[in-house]
Amino acid sequence: MSHEDERQARTRGPAFTAKSQLMSADDVRRALTRMAHEIVERNHDVNSISIVGLQTGGKDIASMLASLLSDVTAHVVTAGMLDVSFYRDDLSRNPIPTSSATHIDHDLTDRTVVLVDDVLYTGRTIRAALNALSDWGRPRAVQLAVLIDRGHRELPIRPDYVGKNLPTSLDEAIVATTEGVWIGTREPS
Amino acid sequence: MIDTIRGRSLLSLDDLSKEAIVEVLDTAESFVEVNRRSIKKVPALKGRVVASLFFEESTRTRLSFETAAKRLSADVLSLAVASSSVKKGESLRDTIATIDALGIDAVVLRHRSSGAALQVSRYVPHVRVINGGDGQHQHPTQGLLDAFTIRQVLSERHATTGLESGAELFAGLKVLIVGDIRHSRVARSDVAAYAALGAVVRLCAPGTLLPEDVATWPVTVVRDFDEALGWADVIGLLRLQSERGSGAFVASLDEFTFTHGLTVERARLLKPKALIMHPGPMNRGVEIDSRVVDSSQAIVERQVTNGVPIRMAALYLSVAGSGEGTSL
Repeated sequence: MSHEDERQARTRGPAFTAKSQLMSADDVRRALTRMAHEIVERNHDVNSISIVGLQTGGKDIASMLASLLSDVTAHVVTAGMLDVSFYRDDLSRNPIPTSSATHIDHDLTDRTVVLVDDVLYTGRTIRAALNALSDWGRPRAVQLAVLIDRGHRELPIRPDYVGKNLPTSLDEAIVATTEGVWIGTREPS
Repeated sequence: MIDTIRGRSLLSLDDLSKEAIVEVLDTAESFVEVNRRSIKKVPALKGRVVASLFFEESTRTRLSFETAAKRLSADVLSLAVASSSVKKGESLRDTIATIDALGIDAVVLRHRSSGAALQVSRYVPHVRVINGGDGQHQHPTQGLLDAFTIRQVLSERHATTGLESGAELFAGLKVLIVGDIRHSRVARSDVAAYAALGAVVRLCAPGTLLPEDVATWPVTVVRDFDEALGWADVIGLLRLQSERGSGAFVASLDEFTFTHGLTVERARLLKPKALIMHPGPMNRGVEIDSRVVDSSQAIVERQVTNGVPIRMAALYLSVAGSGEGTSL
């Protein structure tokens, strides 16, 4: 296990117990391919798109989406990574998250930023991300791509590209990666 | 042993586990990136109040703590002790009570008395206390930033990023600490950090400048400075602390330089890749020759630069995870 993996393992919190698998790795790839096409359909100027994954769940998904966009458009699209730990509004309420790296190598002013995350839930991570993004310039537009939208929003935030809509109950937990999507529960450790 | 400083005061490195230290170093890594941005500020401590109380003079520590707090969006109350009621004889306890009455979340404290930070943490248990140096006892953020700087330089040599290389860089690392160890809180914090991370630490000093309880430290004391120079991967020099009476412990400054100063000639005995560190302020020409400070092996300026991310990490972990802050 690399050092970075260990860091991430520590952030994952209570152990996840899978109940059933909802999407296979192939399903995820097909969903992301469709989303890549939707992104191109909506934004004709591919050169102005910046893909930004949210640490840590959106990291691999953003990388895969960027590589699929490269295939679709024949342009090289790379994914930046954003860690929003320091922008969260629940720092005093929850155990503070372990921070990880932010890599955004260009000014986002006048770019169309597509934020990418694994699961859209309360919307608070996205709010933090919107705050954080403003420190990298003033994007022309910000769009949101998520692999799973599980509902239960607490803020007026809506995704632009969705892999799968998945109505859930509050006591269920979702794990969504490029390897597949599972529903289950988390036991407090 | 404490396994994390989340939501706790940072008083000493002696009781921190390796995990707790690595967590601060990893968090500081994220703040290095924040400090490279054009907007070097994150809202993590928005609405929190950090009081900076320096009863002893300081350049680096005070400036970097206050910079760190501001980059975390905390409000900073800075007490200029020299022009405060402390000069009229107000006690430490009353000064703390006054500041606490204004509503604070954390205190950064520097004081000439060993144990002052612990004392303050008992006066105001609801406030997080970050020890910015107490007498001859501890200077935890200095120990953390020294460990962080070593890790950073070594991981660059391994051509990886700091994130992907952890504490294993310290396993078996040979660190030599030289100079006025008796009076040095930095030495106590450095030894605690290096030992916890797995480094091998040797001390070298005139017998009068070794602490009386050195036998209980996780170190080996060596006599032959020149031989130790060839052994070390890292050498940490310490200032001769004339304000704590070091002068009475050596025959003369010249003699100290002659026996334990890092002169140009001695620096040649070091391994080509050995790192030279100094917590500052330096007495150029006493414990270290000016030309050695300016050599490529010296990483003194990096130590200063890393003061900000380390102190951001300490404040963030200690303060963000505690109490009722404002919620957006």
